[in-house]
Amino acid sequence: MKHKKITVGLASCGISAGGDTVYKTFEELLSQNKGSGAELGKTGCIGACFREVLVDLTDEKGTYTYAEVTPEKAKEIFEQHILNNEPIKDYLMSDLESSQEASFFSKQKRIVLRNTGVIDPENIDHYIMRDGYKSIEKVLKSMSREEVRDVIKKSGLKGRGGAGFSTGMKWDFASKEVSDKKYMVCNADEGDPGAFMDRSVLEGDPHSVLEGLSIASYAIGADEAYIYVRAEYPLAIKRLIIAIEQAKERGYLGKNILGSDLSIEIKLKIGAGAFVCGEETALIASIEGKRGMPTIRPPFPAVSGIWGKPTIINNVETLANVPYIIFHGWEGFASIGTENSKGSKVFALTGKIKKAGLVEVPMGVSLREVIFDIGGGIKKDKKFKAVQLGGPSGGCIPGDLLETPVDYQSLMATGAIMGSGGMVVMDEDTCMVDVAKFFMNFVRDESCGKCTFCRIGTKRMHELLVKITEGKGVDEDINKLMELAYNVKDSSLCGLGQTAPNPVLTTLKYFRHEYEEHIKNKKCRSKVCKPLLTYTINTEACTGCMACVKKCAVDAIIGEKKKPQSIIQEKCIKCGSCYSVCTFDAVNVE
Amino acid sequence: MDKELDSLLDKYRHMQGNTIAILQGVQNLYQYLPEKALLRVSEYNNIPLSDIYGVATFYSQFKFKKPGKFQIKVCHGTACHINNAVRISEIIEEELEIKPGDTTADGKFSLDEVACLGCCSLAPVIMINEQVYGNLDDKKLRKVLKSY
Ligand SMILES: Cc1cc2nc3c(=O)[nH]c(=O)nc-3n(C[C@H](O)[C@H](O)[C@H](O)COP(=O)(O)O)c2cc1C
Ligand code: FES
Repeated sequence: MKHKKITVGLASCGISAGGDTVYKTFEELLSQNKGSGAELGKTGCIGACFREVLVDLTDEKGTYTYAEVTPEKAKEIFEQHILNNEPIKDYLMSDLESSQEASFFSKQKRIVLRNTGVIDPENIDHYIMRDGYKSIEKVLKSMSREEVRDVIKKSGLKGRGGAGFSTGMKWDFASKEVSDKKYMVCNADEGDPGAFMDRSVLEGDPHSVLEGLSIASYAIGADEAYIYVRAEYPLAIKRLIIAIEQAKERGYLGKNILGSDLSIEIKLKIGAGAFVCGEETALIASIEGKRGMPTIRPPFPAVSGIWGKPTIINNVETLANVPYIIFHGWEGFASIGTENSKGSKVFALTGKIKKAGLVEVPMGVSLREVIFDIGGGIKKDKKFKAVQLGGPSGGCIPGDLLETPVDYQSLMATGAIMGSGGMVVMDEDTCMVDVAKFFMNFVRDESCGKCTFCRIGTKRMHELLVKITEGKGVDEDINKLMELAYNVKDSSLCGLGQTAPNPVLTTLKYFRHEYEEHIKNKKCRSKVCKPLLTYTINTEACTGCMACVKKCAVDAIIGEKKKPQSIIQEKCIKCGSCYSVCTFDAVNVE
Repeated sequence: MDKELDSLLDKYRHMQGNTIAILQGVQNLYQYLPEKALLRVSEYNNIPLSDIYGVATFYSQFKFKKPGKFQIKVCHGTACHINNAVRISEIIEEELEIKPGDTTADGKFSLDEVACLGCCSLAPVIMINEQVYGNLDDKKLRKVLKSY
């Protein structure tokens, strides 16, 4: 029988969708059918998370992608495709040319994700086969530290962690410092709640980050590097440990890399759950084993970082770009994107979107293209309301700005930011005041408490938003919110506080009418803010099953058995439990 | 206390900046940070207990109460929030009769709210010990809870 290869997508999301059991099913089938000649492997996130579990099957004719695979389907696929050479058309992700999945992939530009979902991340040979570690080789053979920094500068690569500072220039700062010791750090803290780009890269292609980190270390003259990764990513940690071991064995890491006099040691530091530790000075404090409190800059980490030594911190995605740039030259990279924003950007596309997943687009495409052409538009064809970029430091962009191109300046002009790549799509059922309250609650919780405006200001802003969503808001609350927002922005020590008011400011800018409706008309048009809703029973639909009567905690529903019920408004506490328990759609919400 | 703790402390002795790693190790051993263990860490390394407590309370990973046999984490990240994570929390609180941060009387379940488990495309998401459950609705969630 001919040689076949089964590859199961095993990133965190694939595993939670059942990828592990599918993998085990294939494993069992293979051991029962030793003569099948097929081989089993795993890979990282293929990106089309909306169709997990994904399985690639390669035979002599090509590669077939099966979507939404279950253990039952796996058995059928095994019997028909592996043993009898007949692909099961119905289970395929459909042939790409004609399908809607075509647009999901065709508008993308995969630089950072070049290997993610393609190679087995736990096998260094897969990475090497795709030009892996060729860049560090090139650097060591033929480039001075200065030349490396120069290429990165010319490529136009900017930091993908949020601030968007030129990576090459940053490296220059540290290389100018004279010191017996320098540190290089990879920031894999990924704190934005609603983002998983860095996790996917670490799980799907850890070696590219290690190679980028080594090249960066060489460029600034560091011999020790840290990867600060959050504890919530156990799989990423596991794969990094494996990758570091393998790279050491092959001489790509450790002492005298590839026989040169360059030595680099990479250590993992596991975060312990604090959003602020993504901020550079807080991250340094955390690596030193202290409370993650930011400090005043200057001195900048490039001058005085870990244990007072020059330190450069770069994001996972930034570093994953580096080997590509070295290998293909800066011109290749700089030809992608716009005047001021070069290369591509990875986004975690989530929320009320049809095709949630991991996408990478060239800089300069419009938000509309990302959300509608790649993402397939809004779930259940509801109305688009806003897209949130940049998490707690970012903002909400409304529908009439959907033509905004994805580049640093244009996004900044809307009041949002590029951010690290979280892109959460919201529809007509999302209340923008509630979203502002959500983020304010988050930063209030995560503020380290060092400076007054951030500590107390975010709390006061959150209180005002709670008041408004409970229907107790008064006109002047909006002005109070604005005043507090500008004060917190201007008077906070670190990026957390300085950007914390952004979600409030952008929702006020684009969705002020929703705030006003909450305050003046005591209405929440998206039916999210429960205290502003009125529950009634549709007497035509109600069968008198009494399910809601039993659920109601305050005995506000009355009526006879088998007859329509009614709600006593004075007693109702608007908890919504009658609405969720009713199976006849007989509870109306206004 | 016991040998395992001491061998953990031996491993990190005289190493700069390992307070967090030590506390993570302690929590791995006991599933939380027992007071006695923290006293031992303080003694052994000559670090004031107040410093250790300061670090432990700063990071949300560290617990001072013994968690349940099954630790439930409900995601309240952005994607989960707009996909009705609030309702998910309500149901769990109702079914298990506990609030976030608590453990059921029989020690079986404990409940925490967290920000983003990194599986946003499956929102709303919960995690029970290491297992992730996504795309939850009322029915599916109740079924998951019953399976424990
Ligand atoms: C509150 C706060 C949280 C941050 N979280 C992250 C993060 O999770 N990951 C990240 O790469 N950068 C984060 N940053 C940005 C980093 O401080 C830093 O700018 C970045 O890691 C630099 O790398 P880059 O130049 O490659 O983007 C955060 C900044 C702030 C103020
Ligand atoms: S927002 Fe819930 S998993 Fe990311």
